[in-house]
Amino acid sequence: MLRPGGILSALVLSAVLGTVGAQAQDNGPIKVGFLTVKSGALAAGGRQMEEGLKLCVDQHDGKMAGRKIDVITADTAGQPAVTKTKTQELVERDNVDVLIGPLAAFEALAIDDYIRKVKVPIISPSAAAEDLTQRKPNPWFVRAVGTSAQAHHPLGEYAAKDLGYKKIAIIADDFAFGHEIASGFQRVFKDNGGEIVQKLWPPLNTADYGSYITQIDPDVDAVFAAFAGGNGIKFLGQYRNYGMTKPVLGSMTTVDEGILKNMGDEALGVISAGWYSAGIDTPTNQAFVKAVRKAYGSDPGYYTVGAYMACQFLNNALEQVHGDVSDKQAFMKALRNVNIDKSPYGPVKIDDYGQPIMDIEIRKVEKKDGRLQNTVIKTYPAVSQFWTYDPKKFLAGPVYSRDYDGGGEKK
Amino acid sequence: MTARSGVWLVVMVVALVLVPVLIGSPFYVNLASQVLIYAILAMSLNLLVGFGGLTSLGHAAYLGFAAYVTIYLTTLAGFGQFSGALIALVATTGLAMLFGFLALRASGLGFLMITLALGQILWGLAFRWVSLTGGDNGLGGMQRPHPFGIDLGDPNAFYYFALCFFLVAFAGIALFVRSPFGHSLRGSRDQPRRMRALGYNVWFVQWCGFVYAGFWGAIAGILYAYYNQFVSPHALNLMTSAETLLMVIAGGAGTLFGPIVGAVLVVVLKNVVSAYIARWVMLLGAVFVMIVLFMPEGLVPGTTRWTKLALGRRRRAAGGGPGEATGTAAVQERSS
Amino acid sequence: MNFWVIQGLNGLAFGSLLFILAAGFSLIFGLMRVANLAHGAFFMLGAYVGLSAIDNGMNFWVAILIGGLTVCVLGGVMEGLILRRLAGQPLAQVLVTLGIAFIIADGCLWLWSGDPRPLPMPSELQGVLRFGGLIFPKYRLFVVVVAVCLAGALWLLLERSRVGAMIRAGVDDMEMARVMGIRTSLLFPLVFCLGSALAGAGGVLAGPILSVYPSMDTDMLPMALVVVILGGVGSLGGAFVGALVIGFIYSYGQALVPDLAYVILFLPMVLVLTIRPTGLFGRRLV
Repeated sequence: MLRPGGILSALVLSAVLGTVGAQAQDNGPIKVGFLTVKSGALAAGGRQMEEGLKLCVDQHDGKMAGRKIDVITADTAGQPAVTKTKTQELVERDNVDVLIGPLAAFEALAIDDYIRKVKVPIISPSAAAEDLTQRKPNPWFVRAVGTSAQAHHPLGEYAAKDLGYKKIAIIADDFAFGHEIASGFQRVFKDNGGEIVQKLWPPLNTADYGSYITQIDPDVDAVFAAFAGGNGIKFLGQYRNYGMTKPVLGSMTTVDEGILKNMGDEALGVISAGWYSAGIDTPTNQAFVKAVRKAYGSDPGYYTVGAYMACQFLNNALEQVHGDVSDKQAFMKALRNVNIDKSPYGPVKIDDYGQPIMDIEIRKVEKKDGRLQNTVIKTYPAVSQFWTYDPKKFLAGPVYSRDYDGGGEKK
Repeated sequence: MTARSGVWLVVMVVALVLVPVLIGSPFYVNLASQVLIYAILAMSLNLLVGFGGLTSLGHAAYLGFAAYVTIYLTTLAGFGQFSGALIALVATTGLAMLFGFLALRASGLGFLMITLALGQILWGLAFRWVSLTGGDNGLGGMQRPHPFGIDLGDPNAFYYFALCFFLVAFAGIALFVRSPFGHSLRGSRDQPRRMRALGYNVWFVQWCGFVYAGFWGAIAGILYAYYNQFVSPHALNLMTSAETLLMVIAGGAGTLFGPIVGAVLVVVLKNVVSAYIARWVMLLGAVFVMIVLFMPEGLVPGTTRWTKLALGRRRRAAGGGPGEATGTAAVQERSS
Repeated sequence: MNFWVIQGLNGLAFGSLLFILAAGFSLIFGLMRVANLAHGAFFMLGAYVGLSAIDNGMNFWVAILIGGLTVCVLGGVMEGLILRRLAGQPLAQVLVTLGIAFIIADGCLWLWSGDPRPLPMPSELQGVLRFGGLIFPKYRLFVVVVAVCLAGALWLLLERSRVGAMIRAGVDDMEMARVMGIRTSLLFPLVFCLGSALAGAGGVLAGPILSVYPSMDTDMLPMALVVVILGGVGSLGGAFVGALVIGFIYSYGQALVPDLAYVILFLPMVLVLTIRPTGLFGRRLV
């Protein structure tokens, strides 16, 4: 029974379990620690990440650059303190060579200092927080997805130039991801002569958007809605339910394929931007989409493709170093040097801060063969996280936040 | 408290001191440090729940608040490690004074709800007041202190650092509970009317208990800040409060060892078992249900009862005294 | 002017939803003194079961019935097997109801994969009503009607039926009711099943507005508690008025003082409870 002495015996027992299989060997498998979420509110995204990673490893027959790939999965439960413990478990107990994960930005930030201390390369398949590759770049960090604003700078230009919108209301989840997306959109939209007449910030766990929807200024040309997780479903449903007819522009996650599959006609016509769409019509992407559909029965979205690409980055870097990860500096340099011509995203290379430069698609939700998809209507090639701004000036400028008031500098 | 629990105390201390030597692996030593931190938090909540009869669902407030203040002061406001921690301790205790003043207006479910609401308000502030708290991204960049030149970045050193606080907390709480004041706190739980008739100010007794619990909650929060070197609104959310409450009840509310056992149970399930069992949340729920079915008073008192039961039977078989037998019967009746 | 009317309607609709959510909790707590912290999980489970019923070709109304019945049975089992033994042990009740909430939440994640899902509303309630320049969704007005009918039906049950008289006697003074020969062993499971069924059916009813997603339980449970506490525990009328007050505060508050959006539900509650610990309408708190 668990009496005080039980603390000890429980821990001793776990320690015995833990020492089994420690010590990486030079020619043994490459150990990949995978931080995902399998329990709690974020589990749907975590499952999609797991699917993306598994597909990639399977496509390589479990081998990269001649070495076996051993994936060790840990459930962070979407809690920063658990994320830290799990990272320690992977690094100190399992001696992983590289980490892929975690899912949420606050999780990535919670382990940022630890990663710097233990110097283990980490590839982010999802966390989009701007400063991870901007004002606080971590030398051991490389990202396989866009920053929050990366896809929404071009959307701002598209809304002003191609769609000719003059006045827009923004409604976005009230957390850093929402703030950063909204700020990026606002900045470029205002640069191109547009005006943001209203910004609404419903809390992340808002049950009813009714009182926000009814506040939207009736004179705007369109509404820019930036939501994450399941909030896109809730918002779009309630928006249409209130009989709103103003066009909706969305963030990448508002109409992500991961939730689009469960949406109805309320999503039709939403124009959004992203570094990916299942609708990208290249042979590489169509083969990828087909494989995902076959394995998991649905289209790949943000998390699936993020983890898949994180794994492709790993493969690319391993090939550069011929499977030798013993020199961590050299391996990290290779990760920062990833250059892929053909991927689901299209061509990808990495900038000086560890952030991919990639094509950004403007997408429109359409119904095709009875299912909703994000049809690509325009592509902005090779977009940097800094858009067309000078990186130094960008970093010296105000941080993208709830109170960001920039944009319109170069009218 | 009997000689037997004195023996257990010695066993516990010796075992705790030997933990790093016995397990060796830094990962598990770190995990043991976390158990100690949550045990301090659970022990402090136990003052309210177990000894004061006040079920609080907002105890994460002290953990999170102290952690935020510590990290904010030492990383952003330029305070030293010691002064930062000291101010965090004072500020959190002050917060407990205020919260106690508000929450003790009610009792029972009303008390639970005010503590829950106060906790949620604090969570909302942490989430919304981005300029101070970093919003959902939280605050990081915290360095562990170097008291007397010892580097607490080392897992073993940190473990012993946390262990010192744990032992002081345990002693502080045990002495408090056994002091005349502790007796009056229990009296205010069991017989509030009689206590009033005897001239006690029940409200004041409970308020002092509340503030004392907040003080130890703050200690846990400062250690949490040092351990994680990071804090975000998760440290303040309802789930953290609920987990702490479950640790106390599952281990045995109103006992000294109960919250510690509860902390071990939850931390190990969450961090170790989850690596082997995907549905660990369900398992945790099932464990709670099982505890209620077989030991509704909690693991520690339940185990004691079962052990006595087994011993009583053996003694009866050997022709033990009748007093023992009736005692057993009474216990059995209570459990059915 | 328009603003006040439309936000008032929003508040009314949301308050109605909260009443449907909280009624069962209030009923159970009033009689049995059990704070069922699995109530939010019951609500979510009902929504998921209703969703599956619709996926399997049943219509919305049948889905409400199935959602309610499933949770009703679960509640009955929980009362009969566990809660019955725990009378007067509030800590064990907290532990077991939260434990069951964990099991249900993780079970829903397991069975329904955690993808957020919209719950389609019946076609006859889609669309909006227009009156004098105002636009308001039909479905939300329907929710208001349901809440009013539910309040009326519960009032009739409690005030005008024999079972209701027994329940009221139990709420007022359990010991005396037992002395008078009221069989609480029958009354308790009945009330617990009814309260659970309301949670389950309420989840399906809320689905078209809230959608169905994994943390629905922890989002909604605090709201139910707020309504019940503010209105006064065990008072159905209190819960009704409490729900509407909260609905209005929520709706106007989010529009007028967006900076307080996070504390809009909890700040008023702390104020009310510190000034009047029995809630707005409660006679006593236990």
